[in-house]
Amino acid sequence: MAATPVKFYQVGSFAVGNRLLESGQLSVQSDPGRTNALTSGHRACQGCGEALGARYALDAAMAVTGGRVITVNATGCLEVFSTPYPETSWRVPWLHSLFGNAPAVATGVQAALRAKGSDVRVVAQGGDGGTVDIGFACLSGMFERNDDVLYICYDNGGYMNTGVQRSGATPPAARTSTTQAVGEHPGNVFGQGKDAPRIAMAHEIPYVATATVADLADFEAKVAKAMTFRGARYLHVMVPCPLGWGSASSHTVRIARLAAESGLFPVFEAEHGEVTHVRRIRRQVPVEEYLRLQRRYAHLFSPVRDDVTIARLQAAADRNIARYGLLEDTAVAELSYGEPVVTGAAPTLDFPVPARDHHVPSTSAGPGLDLHERPDPLIGRPPLPGPTPGDQETI
Amino acid sequence: MDKPFAITLDVGSSLANHTGAWRVERPVYRDFLPPCNKACPAGENIQRWLYDAEDGSYEQAWRTLMEDNPLPAVMGRVCYHPCQTACNRGQVDEAVGINAVERFLGDEAIRQGWTVPVTAAATGKHVLVVGAGPTGLSAAYHLRRLGHAVTIRDAADKPGGMMRYGIPAYRLPRETVDAEIDRILDMGVRMELGAEVRNIRPDLASGRYDAVLMAIGAQLGKRAWVPAGEAARILEAVDVLHDVEEGDAPQLGRRVVVYGGGNTAIDTARTAKRLGAEEAIIVYRRTRDRMPAHDSEVIEALEEGITMKWLSTISYADAGTLTIERMELDETGFPRGTGEFEDLAADSLVLALGQEADLSLVEGVEGLEIVDGVVAVDERMMTGHPGLFAGGDMVPSERTVTVGIGHGKRAARHIDAYLRSTLYQPGAKAPDAELGALNTWYYADAPHQVRPRLEGPRRTGTFDEVVQGLSAETALFEARRCMSCGNCFGCDNCFGVCPDNAVIKLGDGRYAIDYDYCKGCGICVEECPSGAIEMVPEMP
Repeated sequence: MAATPVKFYQVGSFAVGNRLLESGQLSVQSDPGRTNALTSGHRACQGCGEALGARYALDAAMAVTGGRVITVNATGCLEVFSTPYPETSWRVPWLHSLFGNAPAVATGVQAALRAKGSDVRVVAQGGDGGTVDIGFACLSGMFERNDDVLYICYDNGGYMNTGVQRSGATPPAARTSTTQAVGEHPGNVFGQGKDAPRIAMAHEIPYVATATVADLADFEAKVAKAMTFRGARYLHVMVPCPLGWGSASSHTVRIARLAAESGLFPVFEAEHGEVTHVRRIRRQVPVEEYLRLQRRYAHLFSPVRDDVTIARLQAAADRNIARYGLLEDTAVAELSYGEPVVTGAAPTLDFPVPARDHHVPSTSAGPGLDLHERPDPLIGRPPLPGPTPGDQETI
Repeated sequence: MDKPFAITLDVGSSLANHTGAWRVERPVYRDFLPPCNKACPAGENIQRWLYDAEDGSYEQAWRTLMEDNPLPAVMGRVCYHPCQTACNRGQVDEAVGINAVERFLGDEAIRQGWTVPVTAAATGKHVLVVGAGPTGLSAAYHLRRLGHAVTIRDAADKPGGMMRYGIPAYRLPRETVDAEIDRILDMGVRMELGAEVRNIRPDLASGRYDAVLMAIGAQLGKRAWVPAGEAARILEAVDVLHDVEEGDAPQLGRRVVVYGGGNTAIDTARTAKRLGAEEAIIVYRRTRDRMPAHDSEVIEALEEGITMKWLSTISYADAGTLTIERMELDETGFPRGTGEFEDLAADSLVLALGQEADLSLVEGVEGLEIVDGVVAVDERMMTGHPGLFAGGDMVPSERTVTVGIGHGKRAARHIDAYLRSTLYQPGAKAPDAELGALNTWYYADAPHQVRPRLEGPRRTGTFDEVVQGLSAETALFEARRCMSCGNCFGCDNCFGVCPDNAVIKLGDGRYAIDYDYCKGCGICVEECPSGAIEMVPEMP
């Protein structure tokens, strides 16, 4: 009966689904008929960000291509936990060869399909070890030849499957089994590692984008957009790892969100080597909020607080914010359907709201994190006014 | 052996691998008690009717609302909305304008002519309700829906009680009151007007009624002794408001002083201004922050040019002049005299110092107790006399329309149980839905929609309604600001964020956990916007 449609949908496009939106505006993941490319029973850890990211990506690719996709997988967690012979969790055509050759195998699959005159598309995927380190020569070759493959890297910052060793994508100061939290500069050293999305951009391939598992609408839109291009495309997805990062399994999405909101993980897309869209920070948080939830950074806070290192990590986030304009007006805050989107600090509260009651989300499934040490947000506020007395007492 | 070279096993699906065995905690869907529902004196399921309204199902929303409250259009105007004070969104940006949406739904129902059918079979029981105010009407409505015959008796010529004779028309238009009362009468409630019950004993003894509910209100102005000269003009606020409604407004003069700090004092001062007084002055012995009147009414009064004299008592009233003593608050906040006096010119003095119930109708009722000027009732709202119930302003309570409506509902349930010779057992309350369990990240940013108000100077001289309603668009927007605290609203987040594909979407905004595969990671709990999923330990 509304004369002008109300463009405000309670949770807008932040949540996975929304009963108030038209079906065409809904995410692939909200569809009960989604492919479920990676189905139940896989052996990933509780709260695995990579398992979540892989299903998000491949379901979106399947939806946009009408189910005509072949996938090639590098060695890594994703391969090991999904396909212990003879069992598999994949519900898409799936191929695994070696640790370092997934881009080359994908190139070959694509060439074979082309030779057969097929319009089936190819998606290659791997973790950061198989992508940034071991498979990097093959990947660079695939880029420079501009082969028609979408390569997706699920970045959890280390070799988690083999026991949490450092990779070329491990962030500075993070503890891994090969960068222990000992010595004068504990954890991974500053000034090493690769920025794979920027290297991909340097190849001037048609499409490069970054995404996180905390922002489904943005992630799915990028997969769909990647599939509109021909040639080499690269998608770099931040996927938190509860095991390697020492975080609560329930915090996987939250940590990915804090990575983006702090500026440590810039979310953007680029075409032919130029940045075209930047996801704007909605509620900026200090890097500390991101670091505190992860035991791999515990040495920054105990036994004594390492303000110098925290400041260096904050400086890295600030550099991303400046480089990509993560707080600029030109950045896009969300795939809005017309509702107002306000960025900046939440008006009256810290975000996220600190837990303070008996049915808070579980942390016992993860390491012993004390989420309750933060002060109650209601302490220090004026008390809520009680019921207003009626007319019985006035003198 | 017809397998390819080096292949020895059949291909299998990981579905054979029941990873639910890893779990030590399980997520469980819950319905927690939202703070709005908890705060509502009428016991409305506010979160639920906002949910219904969010997709534009206004009739469904209204029907949900009517389960608890038969007077939403009235409530949407005069309720002091403790729900909004309690609203969790108030700590995120601004509370949801629940009251405004309620009014929109109530008005929409009147526009569309929606009615509530009586579907229960007739029980053959007959209940007498004394008093056609909010409590009596609410009780009659609920009793009718339970299949009982109901007769309401009221001393006035028109039904509504304080909704008509206490609350001025600029806050509550009479068409609205009439429409909502007529809807209740159309359900088959018998109404006897101009029929004052002087004593309840003959009705109790007659055997015509199986139960009796008294809800006569509190209509006598509280007497306070103000030393006065013979020519001083002193009136009672309740009488002034009553006479205005009867079309027999008293002469108040150019300068009117109202003594008191409650909502009745504000109503009287604003009414005096509308009747032509050039100045209306409220004299109150404490300070504004200690005033019992609701802040929104104080603000609206100030907008209309009412002046307030704080920390003042009236020590003598004479024709044309009042003597005022300045007060100060002692350490405990109690006002005491300072010995400083001043004169205040006034043509009339209206006392608004609270009301008392006229309890002459219960004189001689066996077993019934009167404590502190009100009738004592047990948790069933029954007096010490079996089968005689009481509610509203004549029993110990906070005296608001909303509380009265809540009393009516509660009394009706217990009367029903009494008539069936059972006990009404309210269901166990769910645990509170706390803000800390919500993930407010997901809620889109949205400013509160404000109801337009007539400008202050345009209000004098007219009893037109001051606060206007929301339009359909703004009401829908406001409903969608609800965060649905502690209750699923079908956002699919759990279904999407599960890395193990262990959430089943059942449709109609319902979900189930597939415990064969749920590893108990807790992401669904953490990412549920409304905090409607709880983690509970697995029991061995």
